[in-house]
Amino acid sequence: MSKTDVSRRGLLRTGAVTAGGLALPTIFTAQSASAFTNDPTGGTVTLGFNVPQTGAYADEGADELRAYQLAVEHLNGEGDGGMLNTFSSKALEGNGILGKKVEYVTGDTQTKSDAARASAKSMIEKDGAIMITGGSSSGVAVAVQGLCQEAGVIFMAGLTHSNDTTGKDKKANGFRHFFNAYMSAAALAPVLKNLYGSDRKAYHLTADYTWGWTQEESIKAATEALGWETVNTVKTPLAATDFSSYIAPVLNSGADVLVLNHYGGNMVNSLTNAVQFGLREKQVNGKNFEIVVPLYSRLMAKGAGENVKGIHGSTNWHWSLQDEGSKAFVRSFGTKYGFPPSQAAHTCYVQALLYADAVARGGSFNPCSVVEALEGFEFDGMGNGKTLYRAEDHQCFKDVLVVRGKENPTSEFDLLEVVEVTPREQVEYPVDHPMFAGGQLGSCNPGA
Amino acid sequence: MDAFLLQILNGLDKGSAYALIALGLTLIFGTLGVVNFAHGALFMIGAFCAVTVQKFLTLSVETIDPEKTDFLGNPLKVKTPYVENWFGPDIGNAIIDWSVPLAILFAIPIMIAVGFIMERGLIKHFYKRPHADQILVTFGLAIVLQEVIKYFYGANPIPTPAPEALNGVANLGAIVGLDLIYPVWRIVYFCFACLIISGVFAFLQFTTFGMVVRAGMADRETVGLLGINIDRRFTIMFGIAAAVAGLAGVMYTPINSPNYHMGMDFLVLSFVVVVVGGMGSLPGAVLAGFLLGILESFASMEWAINLIPGINQIIIYLVAIIILLVRPRGLMGRKGVMED
Amino acid sequence: MFGLNKKDTSLLLIVIVLTLFAPFILNPFPTGSGLAQFNAGYPDLMQRFAIFGIFAVGFNILFGLTGYLSFGHAAFLGVGSYSAVWMFKLLSMNVLPAIILSVIIAGLFALVIGYISLRRSGIYFSILTLAFAQMSFSLAYSVLTPITNGETGLQLTLDDPRVLGVTSTADGSIPVTNLFGIEMRSTYNLAVGPWDFQFNMGYYLCALVLIAAFYLSIRIFRSPFGMMLRAVKSNQQRMNYTGLNSKPYTLAAFVISGMYAGLAGGLMASMDPLAGAERMQWTASGEVVLMTILGGAGTLIGPVLGAGFIKYFENIFSKINDNILHSWFSFMPDGLEDFVVFLVHPFIGKGWHLTLGILFMLVVVFLPGGLVEGGQRIAGWVRGKKKPDAHQSETNPAE
Repeated sequence: MSKTDVSRRGLLRTGAVTAGGLALPTIFTAQSASAFTNDPTGGTVTLGFNVPQTGAYADEGADELRAYQLAVEHLNGEGDGGMLNTFSSKALEGNGILGKKVEYVTGDTQTKSDAARASAKSMIEKDGAIMITGGSSSGVAVAVQGLCQEAGVIFMAGLTHSNDTTGKDKKANGFRHFFNAYMSAAALAPVLKNLYGSDRKAYHLTADYTWGWTQEESIKAATEALGWETVNTVKTPLAATDFSSYIAPVLNSGADVLVLNHYGGNMVNSLTNAVQFGLREKQVNGKNFEIVVPLYSRLMAKGAGENVKGIHGSTNWHWSLQDEGSKAFVRSFGTKYGFPPSQAAHTCYVQALLYADAVARGGSFNPCSVVEALEGFEFDGMGNGKTLYRAEDHQCFKDVLVVRGKENPTSEFDLLEVVEVTPREQVEYPVDHPMFAGGQLGSCNPGA
Repeated sequence: MDAFLLQILNGLDKGSAYALIALGLTLIFGTLGVVNFAHGALFMIGAFCAVTVQKFLTLSVETIDPEKTDFLGNPLKVKTPYVENWFGPDIGNAIIDWSVPLAILFAIPIMIAVGFIMERGLIKHFYKRPHADQILVTFGLAIVLQEVIKYFYGANPIPTPAPEALNGVANLGAIVGLDLIYPVWRIVYFCFACLIISGVFAFLQFTTFGMVVRAGMADRETVGLLGINIDRRFTIMFGIAAAVAGLAGVMYTPINSPNYHMGMDFLVLSFVVVVVGGMGSLPGAVLAGFLLGILESFASMEWAINLIPGINQIIIYLVAIIILLVRPRGLMGRKGVMED
Repeated sequence: MFGLNKKDTSLLLIVIVLTLFAPFILNPFPTGSGLAQFNAGYPDLMQRFAIFGIFAVGFNILFGLTGYLSFGHAAFLGVGSYSAVWMFKLLSMNVLPAIILSVIIAGLFALVIGYISLRRSGIYFSILTLAFAQMSFSLAYSVLTPITNGETGLQLTLDDPRVLGVTSTADGSIPVTNLFGIEMRSTYNLAVGPWDFQFNMGYYLCALVLIAAFYLSIRIFRSPFGMMLRAVKSNQQRMNYTGLNSKPYTLAAFVISGMYAGLAGGLMASMDPLAGAERMQWTASGEVVLMTILGGAGTLIGPVLGAGFIKYFENIFSKINDNILHSWFSFMPDGLEDFVVFLVHPFIGKGWHLTLGILFMLVVVFLPGGLVEGGQRIAGWVRGKKKPDAHQSETNPAE
């Protein structure tokens, strides 16, 4: 018996691309066993969890993996069900997905686009994964999203905050639950205005790659709309570990707010260095000098220790939220692993459930059916209030949290406190917003 | 003017770390002729000595506080470090506060031991092997060391603050009437680096032991023919080089929270520093360390970036290329060392 | 045959057989079995074996023959990938022009860098190449983003102005890379009993290129030119004293090996149209150095073996997780099972770096000539400890 991965669709495409190309040998056009890539035919379905397991984001990746394992348990009807009990859609019955038991494979993205694609490809080609999910950086998310589009499987992005993921690099087969730089800016700006007033001079230090640029652009636009002045924006190399030579010029720049558009290790180091130079105690223009970290990660904030206290930023989700969904998730995660989940764990868990639910509602594993089920899907009970998966760009719209480094933490996990839950309406933007312009969603690709 | 002075200070500070690592690397190159790709890992292990000391000092008893709850709603376990219980909260906290300087005492014997074990157990079998083999084996060792650290401490940076008293900023310019504030710990780091560097130089210059080692660096065979057991002295030099890298790591922890791959981040840079300084030259390594540190700081200033976009990304490599093209053996290199 | 002596012909034939039957050889375990985890016979990994094999073979022409240790070879691979992707974006989805352009551009790049770097030797040369490569990486990641698309990597989009070909297909997707109509991604699956073998067009293109590249490298090794390069390695000074200028020879070797790297980069982009800046980072350059030394520097087949070894661990070991371990050891009693899983756990999945590091050390300590020496020892042992292989004289690791 033989089957082939080349479909009629693929052939049509080839025909269109090359006029007068070689005709394919007939064996390549033998029977097409299924209508889409990796159609699960047995009693199980395989999901691919592609997370960073080595490199700087390994701990975040490990937390994502824990969340996925929990999600698989819940989907298969083991454990306490977690958010399945609070999720507004009731299509999932705890018997796997469409009655097929959920199995998974794991891989290491190494936070490099090449390695991430290699790992995702092996999941698709070797293990028959029907969906790829995970990741902890925007570069990887965009690269893997592109791959999944070509291969004809669904990609459910993990932690990726760049505007580009659902902006100029959006793809029909890719979906992002995590928030983005624009939303961070829209949520933070009013809070910053209340706290620090509308007459401020901001100095930006920005990680010199696409994510950093989109965040700088977003924050700059939002704060300038408040009446803030942007004194300067300086790009810092990705490989920088000591930021002293970038912090020192801030001292005499006349700025009274420092915005650190850094993430992960960069953020820990730049914040630590900024505090070392006494910026937190400084007085400029008769006002207290302030530092803002627009994208917070609790796991990473831990590395900065005492330095995060009183510093504002935004986050997708935090374990101290008191809605039913969050409580249910924190309970099952905390009971299983002994510590509360991170925002990366939350977004990954939710993505896995949303995918399963979309399959169940659409009644098929066909990526096009999943895309249809997710587009414009509105749900609740997943920890961020009422949430919409917008059809035009596959971005989730939900409440965004503004948080602050806690002054008196009661435990090693208790680092951030929620200052404000910014409602969804305030962070929404039109599909054709200039910061997101340039790309096309294309059409869903079910592969061979 | 202030801006320039500040950047010079920043450069000296960065240069201190580069110089200390490059110094050890050159010692090993010069004495043993070994390309040690695990040298960055020694720096990292030093930093994790500080983390370990801090962990030990904050080992805690858990008592249950029924009035508070943890994130799952269970009664909160409150941790009190043993040292606080033994010495009372004041002295206990002071000891924890000073954990980084205390870690120096702990790190010296550990690093010398690590150096001895590495040299006796592995490196000595590679003296006569090609440089390519040395690179492969030390690179393998570096990976193993950092993965072991990652296994025990995780991949995220771990905060190791300086003592409260050394945490603030000092106004260096007060004496001359300038407003020049600079973090105290960075000044401490620079002074510490100068101390270690002069210590190593004095040791090599003024002791008989150092004289033999210097003779060995210049002509190993002749020294051996004189009936001097040069191997044992080289083992000790390896221990010293490891200790220098380790101490650089310990003192670096308050500047940037250590993580398991910090060694790799410094490895390539320190190789560039050593080569720019000139193979086999200790003063060259130190000079190049400070020089590249200062140039790196200047290149990150705004006028430099506006002049040549991206200059802050490439300055070190650009300078390395220019220096190597102008001076074939780096700043102070000797003829014939590592040229074939 | 092919102008090779008997020994080289048999080596070439071995490589041809191994590459052409790789889908069988790399898939020894039935698909459903627990050991299927160790199968490497899927298109992406087989392509990587071939591509990195080409990269390492090319690197070995420089390092193995002349002894010049370049620490910046990944830059040529990266430049090759970028050129190929730009070709896909602007000209056509046919891989042939893309690969040709990437070889040319990488060759020019190598000419410039080689011309400057070869003014120094030894470690000074290594650091010069490293500096050039790191500069390329840093700039590609940041300032050159309009050309390289920075962090994300250069990708095809739905509005590329493709001169020969369409911007997007009728159903609104990006066209796929092909060789005169044969899609690189098309795969023929052959199911034999419980086995499932995958024959991928892209892989076979890579395999053919690898065989050609390997053949060319044998010819270079055995040519007077190769002899001259070896003379550079053993004693450059003596060579200069005889009145020969060695620089044109070393520069030629540098450019050829740069073109090999560009070829590998072009192929990589042809299999998967994306070019990322990380491909140029020093770790990537270091990887090819490790591949060559691990396999056996200066030997013909060594670099290919080393490339396969490292890529195998990266792709197979990183995917083993605790779940899989439990299923392997499930035959054991519960307590013992957990204990064994606990013991193995640090070495698999996120610990694959650790395993790789340990293996580097073991290989270099016990097999000074790299994997090739291991193979020779096994062969010698099988043949009943006959006299050492005559090939030995040419397998001295480089300095």
